Amino acid sequence: MFDALWLVEASYFIAAALFIIGLKRMASPKTARDGIVWAGAAMVLATLVTFMYPGMSNYLLIIVAIAIGGGLAWITGKRVQMTAMPQMIALYNGMGGGAAAAIAAVELFKGGDHSLAFMVLAVLGGVIGSIAFSGSLIAFAKLQGWLNKSIRLPGQHIFNALLGVVIIVLGASIVMGNDSHLMVSMFFVSSLVLGITITIPIGGADMPVVISLYNALTGLAVAFEGFVIGNAAMIIAGTVVGAAGTLLTQLMAKAMNRSLANVLFSGFGDTGGTDTGAASGTMKEIEDGDAGVAMAYAKKVIIIPGYGMAVAQAQHKVWELTQQLTQRGVQVKFAIHPVAGRMPGHMNVLLAEAGVPYDLIFDLEEINSEFASADVALVIGANDVVNPAARNNPASPIFGMPILDSDKAAQVIVIKRGKGTGFSGIENELFFLDNCRMLYGDGQEAAARLVAAVKAS
Amino acid sequence: MIEITGFIALYIFLLAAFTGYEVIARVPVILHTPLMSGSNFIHGIVLVGAMVALGHAETPLELTIGFVGTVLAAGNAVGGWVVTERMLEMFKSSREEKKHV
Repeated sequence: MFDALWLVEASYFIAAALFIIGLKRMASPKTARDGIVWAGAAMVLATLVTFMYPGMSNYLLIIVAIAIGGGLAWITGKRVQMTAMPQMIALYNGMGGGAAAAIAAVELFKGGDHSLAFMVLAVLGGVIGSIAFSGSLIAFAKLQGWLNKSIRLPGQHIFNALLGVVIIVLGASIVMGNDSHLMVSMFFVSSLVLGITITIPIGGADMPVVISLYNALTGLAVAFEGFVIGNAAMIIAGTVVGAAGTLLTQLMAKAMNRSLANVLFSGFGDTGGTDTGAASGTMKEIEDGDAGVAMAYAKKVIIIPGYGMAVAQAQHKVWELTQQLTQRGVQVKFAIHPVAGRMPGHMNVLLAEAGVPYDLIFDLEEINSEFASADVALVIGANDVVNPAARNNPASPIFGMPILDSDKAAQVIVIKRGKGTGFSGIENELFFLDNCRMLYGDGQEAAARLVAAVKAS
Repeated sequence: MIEITGFIALYIFLLAAFTGYEVIARVPVILHTPLMSGSNFIHGIVLVGAMVALGHAETPLELTIGFVGTVLAAGNAVGGWVVTERMLEMFKSSREEKKHV
């Protein structure tokens, strides 16, 4: 009974349990770090025992393949900037989808007599894995800036629907036993093309939701192929990720105030109002010294960072400013909008990189009631997420989006590059309010000026 | 290879799906990005399947696809782990921060 196969299966069982424990621990900031360590140990165990799997050959090819894929991923993963994290997740996820599709392809090309469930799941895993693969690569290319435009062709929805029908017909006839190499090849090529044509029209701002969706899909494809090759660890880990990923996708879409269908089937800006807001009054500038004094003698300061802060690499200076203020007895908190950064939670990663402790960082719901008691709200590199038009101008394209109520602070200081409108081209009413002052300059350099001003006052 | 027949597989799917859902429910937004990255790493277990597929491949076509699949799967597992670990390593509370200073 205690043969090689028994050892392999027992190790897979332990690995599956460790994956679930690891994922559970990753869901809380206190235990997240050792969650990934546990899950990593599970992966190493599962990989090593697979070499003892009965009837295996081609060991050299396997080792070379792992060395190439693992080596390249190790180097790129270590080097990538924190700002580029979303597209790297897309890339690695796409690779997983591709691997699931490859397993399906090997099994289908092999042919032979199989149960109906085997064929159906092999085909389903194949199409889902292929779409996750090519779709994730497009998402990567878009976020990396290699593919800037959202390409929209007339009739693309009809094209996608027709291609979907073709894939269903091909898949069904493969399941029925018509599994010639030509049929199987056409099936995989059509699936890969569909992944591209679904993803290409989606705008960069919606990409995180799409990446999360493909992550869930890859999990599902892995689970299906796990059934095909009789591997319970793959079924369990894949299904857990499929379910967790689906929930995460819904949470992200909700945080961005979009529905999933809306993300997938319409481009950003296609819906909603077109009123970009009329600027009334003037923007009032503030001197460094005055801004420094206002913050240095405040009781409570709330900092609202946006993606602009990360682009300017200002997070380290902002943390220095925070430390200065804390030393003087000022209470400093960070308010993070769900869409700050490129995906929900991305800004937290960027602040953590600069050394900001996570217990100073608050979500929109947690902090919004605190603005009324804050002396200063410092907005750096954020724009639409603090625009009161989202609350009070029904004609604005962003009307209805939850915003950070920075305008309720006694004073608002906005660090901004210049006087123009932001990324979305919407005029920000906040900048014209009586309690708002503008501090112009590059994020990093302006934050450095504030540090000096606080020191001097 | 253990035999996983229809209904046993369905039970596994069912229980694993509920587990995944329950584990992620009520997670704070601050962890959305690392968690997506972490779950991305976990489906890197596809590496095991790709190894088995390549290990049992015979024709040049099967060998080629199996090889590509194993390269991709290793990239998923290793890359997913490296970036998740890098992100989570940075999360510290202010108490730990003071310990370091």
